[in-house]
Amino acid sequence: MQSVIRTHLESVSSHSCYATELSFINSSTRRRSPPEWIMKTFCSVWLLLSLVELRPALPVSQETPLACRGPADPALQQPETPEEMDTTGDLEPTHYPARRAATVALHYLNTRHGSPYRVFGLQQVHKASAEDVAAGGRKYSLDFSVTTSPSGSAGPALRCSAEVLFPRTEQHTPPDVQLNCEALQQLNSTAEDEAFYQKYITPDSAVSAQYLPDSYGNMSEDMQPFWRLARVAASFIMLRESSENTEFNMAQVASITQQESSEKQLMLDYVVLLHDLPSQEIIQWKLLASWSPDSGVRVLQMEWQPRCPHATKPPN
Amino acid sequence: MKGSVMSVLVVLALVAQDRVACGLEDKSYDYTKYHTMDEISAWMSQMERENPDVASSMIYGRTYENRNITLLKIGFTGATPKKAVWMDCGIHAREWIAPAFCQHFVKEILGSYQTDPKVNMLFKNLDFYITPVLNMDGYIYSWKDNTTRLWRKSRSPGTGNCTCFGTDLNRNFYANWGMVGISRNCCSEIYNGPTPLSETEAQAVTDFLGAHQNQLLCYLTIHSYGQLILVPYGHPNISAPNYNELMEVGLAAANAIKAVHGKSYKVGTSPDVLYANSGSSRDFARLIGIPYSFTFELRDEGDYGFLLPEDQIQPTCEEAYQGAMSIINYIHDKNFRGSAITVTATLWTTLVASWISSANVF
Repeated sequence: MQSVIRTHLESVSSHSCYATELSFINSSTRRRSPPEWIMKTFCSVWLLLSLVELRPALPVSQETPLACRGPADPALQQPETPEEMDTTGDLEPTHYPARRAATVALHYLNTRHGSPYRVFGLQQVHKASAEDVAAGGRKYSLDFSVTTSPSGSAGPALRCSAEVLFPRTEQHTPPDVQLNCEALQQLNSTAEDEAFYQKYITPDSAVSAQYLPDSYGNMSEDMQPFWRLARVAASFIMLRESSENTEFNMAQVASITQQESSEKQLMLDYVVLLHDLPSQEIIQWKLLASWSPDSGVRVLQMEWQPRCPHATKPPN
Repeated sequence: MKGSVMSVLVVLALVAQDRVACGLEDKSYDYTKYHTMDEISAWMSQMERENPDVASSMIYGRTYENRNITLLKIGFTGATPKKAVWMDCGIHAREWIAPAFCQHFVKEILGSYQTDPKVNMLFKNLDFYITPVLNMDGYIYSWKDNTTRLWRKSRSPGTGNCTCFGTDLNRNFYANWGMVGISRNCCSEIYNGPTPLSETEAQAVTDFLGAHQNQLLCYLTIHSYGQLILVPYGHPNISAPNYNELMEVGLAAANAIKAVHGKSYKVGTSPDVLYANSGSSRDFARLIGIPYSFTFELRDEGDYGFLLPEDQIQPTCEEAYQGAMSIINYIHDKNFRGSAITVTATLWTTLVASWISSANVF
């Protein structure tokens, strides 16, 4: 009990009350002079009043587990203390507002031009600015460079400009992206894409795998194009779910199952795990994607999947 | 014939002795692979055994599941308490590259203090307190199977009606606790705990930092991913008094990192370059007066994220080592000015002496 009072005193009272009460606790047998007695009464009253107001920190939420809840509304999964987004005008290119907007532009770029042998990544933001728009929302203007995987930083960087509009609506609305990259039209389907397509469009092809990459970050060379295809397909979801308060990357492919090819498209069932940086959540999506060198990647079905790892009971 | 056989045997014996002396047996530790907690604990004991003059272990707390939280104390023993540098890895279970870096760092300094005058000077003037895995429970859980790999938090059970496990240790410290960048939903990955320091792991670090407050010059906490060097504070409206200096030191470290393999690390406060947050260990360290407090977010920038391929362990550790050393050397030279001159003087004297002696041969 004494230690509880002491802890409470340390957190609530001023130095003088604390000192007085502490000396009282430490030497309760000492006789007190009148002024001290008055001080002690005052402090005791103050202590009582503050105890009434004191709560055990902030209340703990007792809702159903976060990742098990209803539709994946990113707003639900954000920190409860939203960041102040009052930066308008020129933005610092290395700071997160510019980077998040650029990431959205990258998701868009990948949905349009991604393939098993071409996934775009952000190399650097050169310039960025933001302004509020009349209809409600914020528009980011970006000047940035992208690299392509698999060659990565070894390959050429493409210069891009984009406008990313984040609407401000009651319910989440996906951002709108206008994008322009140099030499994009010249990017044709690569020879590797063609070879990959020919290899797996055969009727008896039935690729399936789990956990790409594995826990050690490793992945066979054969599976890498499937992993890149998953990143492109996941970009459709990441684009749709993005806001100024999110920053998505694909954390892992939980599973891939090739379906029967349809209309000359490779058909792939994926379960992907997305990582959102601000909330640090891992969000699971099941999707059905199609791809051919001519049609590009399309997502035909997508479904958010509840994931309740936090609620697992410990092993006995 | 006999003479040449004898000389061959002598040479072989010398080579064998040399290999044993360097600790290069068949079972040398592979720093380019991720290791289980058991392997890391065994490795820590080995480091202590093989370097008794400069390395010792200390248990400074217990995890929720009752494991001993252990650090390696490295440096020359001194009569008076020395100034010190703290490094912890693995506050967040899934960030496997972080414990890999702590092991690499220990290996580097233990392997170079006898031959590198700068490291030797660091050992003389500083103690290193290095915790390879702070969140041991979480780390072990992330090794359990494929479904647990992306675990982040501690493994304490939820309180009250909460059915979820774990508190985000890096939101649980007594540093603007609960103010920003947290969730009060106990199932959230950034749940900051029922109360500050509810987690024994955070309490252990707090106790140690408090007890060594006057010795600690530097607090480094290693995470992934993002390629960032973060300076205090996590709250957008609070600035560290030495923010300008911290930024200078951080930017110099980022340059040192870039020089190794060309990777860009961005430098700034968390609210600037990442997101606002509170209750972090870095903020707590700065708040109690440890002047140089940094978070390292290692590779990559999102391609593989937490699942950084093993073939990137070595280059990541190499560049981060240069970054960390850049900071540590700055702090050392600032606090032990005379020593820097002594090192330079020793180097020059040695050079001149060897020149003179080689000149005398002729």
